[in-house]
Amino acid sequence: MADISNNFVGIKSPNPFWLASAPPTDKQYNVERAFKAGWGGVVWKTLGEEGPPVVNVNGPRYGAIWGADRRLLGLNNIELITDRDLFVNLREIKEVKRNWPDRAVIVSIMVPCDEQAWKKILPLVEETEADGIELNFGCPHGMSERGMGSAVGQVPEYIEMVARWCKANTRMPVIVKLTPNITDIRYPARAAKAGGADAVSLINTISSITSVNLDTFSPEPSIDGKGSHGGYCGPAVKPIALNMVAEIARDPETAGLPISGIGGVTTWRDAAEFIALGAGNVQVCTAAMTYGFKIVEEMIAGLEAWMDSKGHRTLDDITGRATGNVTDWQYLNLNYVTKANIDQDLCIKCGRCHIACEDTSHQAITHMVDGARRFEVIEEECVGCNLCVNVCPVEGCITMEPLKAGSLDKRTGKKVKKDYGNWTEHPNNPSRIAAE
Amino acid sequence: MASKPGIIQDGISAGRLSRKEIDRNFFDLHPPLDHHEALVAADRCYFCHDAPCMTACPTSIDIPMFIRQIATGNVKGSAKTIFDQNILGGMCARVCPTETLCEQVCVRETAEGKPVKIGELQRYATDHAMHQGIQFYKRAKASGKKIAVVGAGPAGLACAHRLAMHGHAVTLLEGRKKPGGLNEFGIAAYKTVDGFAQAEVDYVTAIGGIDIQYGKKLGQQIHLADLAQKYDAVFLGMGLSGVNALGLKGKEPDGVEDAVDFIAELRQAKDKSKIPVGRRVVVIGGGMTAIDCAIQAKLLGAEDVTICYRRGQEQMNASEYEQELATSKGVTIRHWLQPAKLRSKGGRITGIELEYTRLAKGKLEGTGEKLKLEADQVFRAIGQKLTPKHLNGSGAGITLEKGRIKVDGEGRTSMKGVWAGGDCTNSGEDLTVTAVAQGRDAAESIHRALSA
Repeated sequence: MADISNNFVGIKSPNPFWLASAPPTDKQYNVERAFKAGWGGVVWKTLGEEGPPVVNVNGPRYGAIWGADRRLLGLNNIELITDRDLFVNLREIKEVKRNWPDRAVIVSIMVPCDEQAWKKILPLVEETEADGIELNFGCPHGMSERGMGSAVGQVPEYIEMVARWCKANTRMPVIVKLTPNITDIRYPARAAKAGGADAVSLINTISSITSVNLDTFSPEPSIDGKGSHGGYCGPAVKPIALNMVAEIARDPETAGLPISGIGGVTTWRDAAEFIALGAGNVQVCTAAMTYGFKIVEEMIAGLEAWMDSKGHRTLDDITGRATGNVTDWQYLNLNYVTKANIDQDLCIKCGRCHIACEDTSHQAITHMVDGARRFEVIEEECVGCNLCVNVCPVEGCITMEPLKAGSLDKRTGKKVKKDYGNWTEHPNNPSRIAAE
Repeated sequence: MASKPGIIQDGISAGRLSRKEIDRNFFDLHPPLDHHEALVAADRCYFCHDAPCMTACPTSIDIPMFIRQIATGNVKGSAKTIFDQNILGGMCARVCPTETLCEQVCVRETAEGKPVKIGELQRYATDHAMHQGIQFYKRAKASGKKIAVVGAGPAGLACAHRLAMHGHAVTLLEGRKKPGGLNEFGIAAYKTVDGFAQAEVDYVTAIGGIDIQYGKKLGQQIHLADLAQKYDAVFLGMGLSGVNALGLKGKEPDGVEDAVDFIAELRQAKDKSKIPVGRRVVVIGGGMTAIDCAIQAKLLGAEDVTICYRRGQEQMNASEYEQELATSKGVTIRHWLQPAKLRSKGGRITGIELEYTRLAKGKLEGTGEKLKLEADQVFRAIGQKLTPKHLNGSGAGITLEKGRIKVDGEGRTSMKGVWAGGDCTNSGEDLTVTAVAQGRDAAESIHRALSA
């Protein structure tokens, strides 16, 4: 049986599934329900400075997009940090940690970019005996207008500065939560590392408008006819998050910096993918907000079953296993040639592959063969682009088959080369590295 | 459940079940999809290229497009997509044997044995437009041409609507006192509830330029030769008025009836519990009429209903779905049996003798072996036929083929200026949707001829 217990920057939890800092982790009541359901840890919803708590809007806080049968694909929110009194939160955190010593309790913090503010709150958090802190440099809405959240995360110098203050003022591990609302995620990650952060966590939510009400012309969610961009999360953001995790994991400057992966983790499979790309664990929010805390059972059982089936014994066996396979486009093997193949037994003859290829790509799939409705790949035209695979509604019906070295690529009329060859040495590349 | 004295009473009688039970039995076969159900059902459509469903539809409705319009919230536009091809799309959504047309060839039927609910989605869209009284079509400028359309059934209505669109003045001549044809008189009550057929006629004729006259039966009150003379063109869409006989010797006793009359009577009844039905009912035939008759006899409270068909299950004209519907309602379907003799007592039917049949060298023959079934009501549902003498007055003008009016690809008969469509012709299947397609296409042909 695989052992999925997690050690993330010295913080131990029975499994790598943490609840992200968000509405589900705002109170002792919710967090204890989560622990009862089996979650390995929580990042407590972001605490702000002592004083009158922030206020939230009193209208809708969430917007969404849906897929078939109203399956929630993406959620956005304009909720701010905790709107409960700081000391109520601290008392509850302490009590939860005492009640659940084997679970990870991390406290998310967001206070102004002023060392005194951090110096003031850090001892209070430390006193709860929480396992670590996460610096919220990510929230793109509301707090960013007040110079916090993503407003900090978008300036690497601030990240480095605040991380350094925290490291200097607490013994707790410091995780820096990054905003994806930047052009290159590597810079804030490098800054966090430079500031001495123990880890980064990403992604926070993406600035977004989920929809526009076409009757009122108000963005959604609508507060009295007006909307403000919210933070986007859920299954729709996973590909963006995976890439950002991979970028940090494979950046020589940050390689080895622990990463807590966040962004659309909905199933054990999503979690395994984040971990394979270099995350030490994952944080979940939208899936729990959609289905409740029980989903962690599926995540735990699924991850264990997959690890068992592959012979992976611990999370260390899988962490970062895919990182080395992420490379720059210029290093991809141009001598790798694939052709689409349509399994006629599985084909249900919907014709989507044909029309996609015919209208928008390479005219490489038939519609009729000998007067009958039949969809076949025309190898002379197929560039192996995979669009047909992606639009086919039947899984496994269309596959991309690599041509064997030495066989003829009917499109180019050339034999498939055995050797690896990439753009850097391609004759068409004006700045190629000449092999003279 | 308490025993039902009404059910086990011999003979033909009304009130075998309470009105409440009967009303429940005759409730809408497929209650309409609600908004969410429609979205879920629409989402299953793959928007196929050159979609097989569209090819299978006799009226060639752009099915993937109307479903996509439902999915994207343009339900009104969806209805227009349907009505553009089939102005009786509302009825077709209810009565089409979709399981042998669009839904049979749906790629999700191929993939999972569960087609997209095309019929129910079509109903969702057309109901939306009809409930709101949205009219999509206007008459073109008056052409000054007058056209007689005989029969206010699906073929005649479709033809009249399309002619009216082109600005022609249509006189719609109907033999009965009510329009709708088989939509009103020939379809099981549970398939089209709440007076839908009449509502649809009103919706179709609201375009204007269609003058409906009732009590005008061809060969009786009106004659083809007169019509051909008085009008610029004539469209015949009067369906089939004759019922095939069982072909047995001797006088038929009481209790042997035409299924089509029974179906019509049920459709017109305000209180179905007043419709008499036998305790033991035998229906002879294998088509939709046999099924509609048998199921409704059962729903009225007949204890035992048996359909006897002279060939095998595969040859039945009723779709597999309809057969299953019948058996699920408690109807017994027996095959390879043909009527041999009616048994009676005091002039009333008491039973029927059937002979087993088989195919010998492709020909159906009796085996000599007999089966006796008790029956106090026997329905003939072995097909309808054209009564050629109704076409009298036309001289030798109209050519028939296999007992029906011969038409070409555009619906032209052999007589100049006379078109025909629907069941009275020799082309296509006897379906509402086919009749609509033929009426519509004949109207286009007439319009071309008159515009030339």
